[in-house]
Amino acid sequence: MTGGGLLHVPFEHAMMFAGVLLLLGLAGVIARRDAIFILLSLEVMLNAAGLAFVLAAARFAAPDGQVMFLFVLAVAAAEVSIGLALVLWLYHYKRTIDIDKARDMRG
Amino acid sequence: MADLLWLIPALPLAGFLALLLFGRRLAGRVPALVGCLSVGLSMAASFAAAAAFLGVAPPGRAVRKTICLWFEAGGLAPSFGFYLDGISILMVVVITVVAFLIHVYSADFMAADSSLPLTGDGEGYSRFFAYMNLFVGSMLVLVLADNLLLLYLGWEGVGLCSYLLIGFWYKDPANGRAAVKAFVVTRVGDASLAVGLFIIAWGLGTFDIQEAAARAARLWPEGSAIAIAAAALLLGGAVGKSAQLPLQTWLPDAMAGPTPVSALIHAATMVTAGVYLVGRTHALFALAPPVLTVVAAVGAATFLIAGASALVQRDIKRILAYSTMSQVGYMFCALGVGAWSAAFFHFMTHAFFKALLFMSAGVVIKALDNEHDIFKMGGLRTRLPSAYRGFLVGAASLAALPYLTAGFYSKEMILDALLTSPAGSPWLWAAGLLGAFLTALYAFRAVFVVFFGEGRGGALRQPSPLMGAPLFILSIFAIATGWLLPNGLAGPFLAGLFGALPAGAQGAGTTGPLAALAPPVVAIAGVVLAGLFYLALPRTRRALTGSAAGAAVHRFLFTGWGFDGLYASLFVTPFVRLAKVNRSDIIDAPYRAIGLIAEFSSRGLSLTQSGKVRWYAAAVAIGGAVFLGLAVLL
Repeated sequence: MTGGGLLHVPFEHAMMFAGVLLLLGLAGVIARRDAIFILLSLEVMLNAAGLAFVLAAARFAAPDGQVMFLFVLAVAAAEVSIGLALVLWLYHYKRTIDIDKARDMRG
Repeated sequence: MADLLWLIPALPLAGFLALLLFGRRLAGRVPALVGCLSVGLSMAASFAAAAAFLGVAPPGRAVRKTICLWFEAGGLAPSFGFYLDGISILMVVVITVVAFLIHVYSADFMAADSSLPLTGDGEGYSRFFAYMNLFVGSMLVLVLADNLLLLYLGWEGVGLCSYLLIGFWYKDPANGRAAVKAFVVTRVGDASLAVGLFIIAWGLGTFDIQEAAARAARLWPEGSAIAIAAAALLLGGAVGKSAQLPLQTWLPDAMAGPTPVSALIHAATMVTAGVYLVGRTHALFALAPPVLTVVAAVGAATFLIAGASALVQRDIKRILAYSTMSQVGYMFCALGVGAWSAAFFHFMTHAFFKALLFMSAGVVIKALDNEHDIFKMGGLRTRLPSAYRGFLVGAASLAALPYLTAGFYSKEMILDALLTSPAGSPWLWAAGLLGAFLTALYAFRAVFVVFFGEGRGGALRQPSPLMGAPLFILSIFAIATGWLLPNGLAGPFLAGLFGALPAGAQGAGTTGPLAALAPPVVAIAGVVLAGLFYLALPRTRRALTGSAAGAAVHRFLFTGWGFDGLYASLFVTPFVRLAKVNRSDIIDAPYRAIGLIAEFSSRGLSLTQSGKVRWYAAAVAIGGAVFLGLAVLL
């Protein structure tokens, strides 16, 4: 596979898309108070990173990027399972999933 | 005899230990019994030692006995060893006799029914005798020690006991202050003595007094810098302990202690330690002629200054305190001109008459409900005859009334030496005469004011036999020791005692009629003038002290020539000011700053621990962006 041949999307544009995706996810993590949405935003960020890996693999014709994407998927799955467990525990503990209410450990 | 030498200091120390451990459990008069018995047995032991010593003179006119090694370090091996020669015998006998009499006297003086403040509890009674025993024991260690380190041990013990006993009535803060003052002022001298000992140990490699004297004569040429330094530092210690100029200020305040303590400090145990030290190390001083000149000058200055101060004191005990300073000044003056035996002879007579004076004063003070002001006394001649007799004999001896009293013979010996000794001079002799005149004047001023004139009030409590008997015995001593004059009745006896001292200036014998007549005339003139001022013509005296100049001089003398004020502005005030500046420990500031910085940054950083997960996420993002930016830019 040669870069850009099939999709007619230039590499730079695709990378910019990945960056925008990452910033959108970050904005969601920072702005949202709902723990579920924070997890969702985190997923978006992870996918942005995964996209960047895949694009880089296509651009440099190296399989490493695709391997890394598999790892990212695995990490995302693990993260979601732990994250959801935490959200459940938070709900059990605080009767809410508003992340700002969970600030008992402030210094 | 030598084998039992250690008993002399050990007995009072054992008494101290017994009273320390079991004193609280001893009822009634038992502590006094323990205290008197231990000192009494020590007195018996010293009598036995003296008799054996004088009976068959031991080889070398000295006995030494080493009990055990103290420690061994760096080539020095001081031991617990005792050395008995003429001077130690004289000191030991006088100390134990006077101390025993004072202990007996104290048994009643300090009894629980005392009207004196703060002694109404049994604890004070046994505490008093414990301290007194330790005092006597330390002094005996001091005079019997065969090495300078053991001497220093006794020296410090004496200093400690003076602190404990001056502040005996510790519930009054003024007494505590007086005790601290005595301790701190003598400590200045003690530090000097310690440095002197270091120089001797460093330069001569031994603490042993006789060995050090022999090596000094071999290694240090006469007038060499090191000999002068060592002698001057020893003199510093002696001056502190003996309350001589310039470290004399503690002695008048030391009157805060009970009267028997004053008697013990002044007569037997403390102020004479300096005289003993100079006499004991006379071989060192002989190598440093300039220091000997200083000794004589210090003594002369002290007996004039203290004599003048004694003239105007109102407190009967302060009069006696200043008189002690002046009499010890005479001893120093005699040591300075090389009249060693005259100094020790005066020490002996002084011990008896000063103890007598203090104990008589104690009887008066006790009978008048703790009144110290002589101008509130008066007419006690008939109301307290025993105290009157004791005080009169003591004052006569102190004033050196001619041909009868012991003080006359010893003082004449000193005056004689001041004139005839190679180191003496007519100036010293004239100063000595002036001092003798002042002595007679202030001694009989006290006698006339306290015991003559019109009295007020009725019958007074007479002293008990336990207090009266020591007065009587000391009265005899204060007269009769004069007959022991070296070229008098007991010449051979004293020659045996003073054999340890170089002949010095004694026996020149060509003084002429003026020198022979002057001391008795001066003494009588002093008494007559005191009689004129205080009995016959009180109005003249009042006119004299009432004038502006007279009042100013009076005030100046009353404060002891302003030495307290001088030292306060010279040392105490700057030190207190410095302490105030340094109140918050300047040295500590950098270390405290480190702590403050750590605390401040910890506070700042703990603000970031807000517990808000979204803030943390933002911080991570910002941090990531910054590092990424740095990585790209650099």
